[in-house]
Amino acid sequence: MSEPLLTVDGLQAWYGRAHILDGIALTVGRGEVVALMGRNGAGKTTTLKAIMGLVERRAATLRFDGRDLSALPAHRIARLGVGYVPEDRRIFADLTVEENLEVGRQPPRPGAPAWTPEKLFALFPNLAEMRGRRGTRMSGGEQQMLTLARTLMGNPSLLLLDEPSEGLAPLIVKQMAEAVRRLKAEGLSVLLSEQSLSFASWVADRACVIETGRPRWTGPMTELMADDGVRAAYLAV
Amino acid sequence: MSFLLVQALSGLATAATLFLVSSGLTIVFGVTRIVNFAHGSFYMVGAYAGWSLIERFGGTPAGFWGSVAAAALAMGVLGAAMEIGLLRRLYRSPELFQLLGTFGVVLVVQDLTAWAWGPEDLLGRRAPGLKGSIDILDQPFPLYDLVLIGLGPLVLGLLWLLFNRTRWGTLVRAATQDREMTSALGVDPARLFTGVLFLGCALAGLGGALQVPRESVTLQMDMAIVVEAFVVVVVGGMGSLTGAFLASLLIGQLQAFGILVFPQITLVIVFLFMAVVLVLRPHGLLGRAEEVPPTAPATVTVPLSAGRHAGPWALALLALLAAAPLVAGDYALILLTEVVILALFAASLHLLIGLGGLVSFGHAAWFGLGAYGSALLVKHLGAPMPLALAGAPVLAGLGALVAGWFCVRRSGLYFAMLTLAFAQIVWSIAFQWYAVTGGDNGILGVWPPAWAAGKATYYWLTLGLCGGALWLLRRAAFAPFGYALRAGRDSGLRAESVGIDVRRFQWMAFVLAGTAAGLAGGLYAFAKGSVFPTLLAVPQSVDALVMVLMGGIQTVAGPLAGALVFHLLESEVMSLTDWWRLVLGLIIVALVLVFPKGIVGFLSGIRRRA
Repeated sequence: MSEPLLTVDGLQAWYGRAHILDGIALTVGRGEVVALMGRNGAGKTTTLKAIMGLVERRAATLRFDGRDLSALPAHRIARLGVGYVPEDRRIFADLTVEENLEVGRQPPRPGAPAWTPEKLFALFPNLAEMRGRRGTRMSGGEQQMLTLARTLMGNPSLLLLDEPSEGLAPLIVKQMAEAVRRLKAEGLSVLLSEQSLSFASWVADRACVIETGRPRWTGPMTELMADDGVRAAYLAV
Repeated sequence: MSFLLVQALSGLATAATLFLVSSGLTIVFGVTRIVNFAHGSFYMVGAYAGWSLIERFGGTPAGFWGSVAAAALAMGVLGAAMEIGLLRRLYRSPELFQLLGTFGVVLVVQDLTAWAWGPEDLLGRRAPGLKGSIDILDQPFPLYDLVLIGLGPLVLGLLWLLFNRTRWGTLVRAATQDREMTSALGVDPARLFTGVLFLGCALAGLGGALQVPRESVTLQMDMAIVVEAFVVVVVGGMGSLTGAFLASLLIGQLQAFGILVFPQITLVIVFLFMAVVLVLRPHGLLGRAEEVPPTAPATVTVPLSAGRHAGPWALALLALLAAAPLVAGDYALILLTEVVILALFAASLHLLIGLGGLVSFGHAAWFGLGAYGSALLVKHLGAPMPLALAGAPVLAGLGALVAGWFCVRRSGLYFAMLTLAFAQIVWSIAFQWYAVTGGDNGILGVWPPAWAAGKATYYWLTLGLCGGALWLLRRAAFAPFGYALRAGRDSGLRAESVGIDVRRFQWMAFVLAGTAAGLAGGLYAFAKGSVFPTLLAVPQSVDALVMVLMGGIQTVAGPLAGALVFHLLESEVMSLTDWWRLVLGLIIVALVLVFPKGIVGFLSGIRRRA
């Protein structure tokens, strides 16, 4: 079996003096969608940020596509083909939709789908209607779509998707799940953090469950759905 | 009629230069959130470099304009170098460090410029092809100024295109809003910021080089322009290009016509205008009410503590100081007197910064006001020293009462800019109101009467008054007043939600600090026997900041140690060299970069680790 696209082992991370992650381990295979699951405060967001180089971190292994990420700053990691979509929809509010996409644009990269604004507007028809609109005048769902589209403009081969369904109306959540499936069909690998079991079960192949910054369980999504014990121990509120 | 038109046109020409310089300042601020004090230095060096190039190549129009462009580009390169060497390390620092660090660069550049071009003012040649003037309604108007007037809108248009129609501009605007997200999208923010500094400083250099045919190139042009550019940027709204343009036009006209109406207070008008605008439109004409720029999480990592043995230590120190005249000679006593005065000056500023989180960039106003208060009472009313000394804190306190009402309306950088503006107002009055203040000749002959003329006597008097004032300041710091102030510093919102009127406490602190600084100023006037406008000028404010910073912001004892070390450095080391600005500038930069916690903070850090 070939090396997974992303291998994380012994990942530690800090916010100032607070030790948040303690030995996170996970892998994402090529073309695979992995759900990083856990309760509020388990360390899901921090795990994604740590992979992206946005928090102080150390890891025994942090490899992406054969490259060691552990000493690289965020912009270098992004240029290797890791796309990061934050949970809090950090769109550039003063910039128009098209300008937001422009900020994300990177040259196409072999082995990853190549995106253009036109292709993205086809995937997210809502955005096409508001190309010239500034981010301040968009709904939450539209902002979430724009955040995802903006990251795709970097032509990533791996997508780090932080809480994609959080705070969205049920209809938009369905559209988001549909979008993730389409991306998987295009050949993208996805690591998404999620609290909603149903969203994860719609899109993910595998799940990785963490609690208080430590890995607890990993296996196929179908197995997690069948295992009441694990769900009760680490996910039930 | 025609005379007014020409006056308006010359205001427009002034506005064009002002806009070139302040556009650079506002761009740099918008992206890096740093108020670059050294911006005026790039303007000045741009003028010097432009002068040299124009002398050599400026005989033809192509040579002249090529020289101007080359000077601008050279300043861009220097600006980029400053970003890489200094600013990059300051992005996460509190604004005090950013202002001081860039002011250190101002001092270094002043000496280097004097070394390279000499101290004399330089007169450049006029622009070839544009030497004449044309008649506008029968009034002659210089052609060159007409070109400058056109240049302002042209540059505004080009900058607009750059920021709105190019990928680089889009990336810069994105990074302005969210640096981290921009880097997560694969953009190297460091290179972007270097580019922004290149652009901003090139604009300053352009403004400077374009001045060569209009006025002589001097070593004073850096501070003059940067303070004006601050006003433009603050009035226009920090980070707004169009706002800077608008503000330049208004201030250009204000200066052109102000000189006709109130020739005595031209300098004051501009700052009064700024204060009024900020009260009416707190974010400037076109600034947006965005959140206060997120500067570093307050530097307060160690809470201020009263110290278990502070009392005995302080008494021991006082006894030691009081015994000094038994062994020290006259010279040492003069030095010690000044140290004690400066300690009170620094401690009064520390009250604002350390407890209130209010970085004042114009604290010299109250020190100088106190000094002038005493001197004026002696000179014009023949007041005896005790009365004159009592008048000093009263005058300074009243001044701080008025200025404080304006200043505490804003926090962070706007507060710093407002305090700077008020200090400049007071300075301008002292500098321009010849009849009363003697202008830059100052007021001489402010000596203590015979009973206090002995160095030891005056030293004891100073020690007693300053010691008492310091004790009061310290009491205030650990009284409920001090707690309320610190609560407001750490979280204004939370402090207000528990019923603290933060603004009122800050205003009270401002007045208290001003009063204490005024007492120090009064004592200083009698110690020196004279007062000069420099006591109120920006460098004096910076000296106080450096003393506070040297001692460390988080300790009550810090300002005292800072005053001692600083004054010894100033009088014993810097007086040995002509290049004291260079030395002081390097010290400031080193302090900001290496010892951000100051001497006392550094020592107690070592002690805690041991």
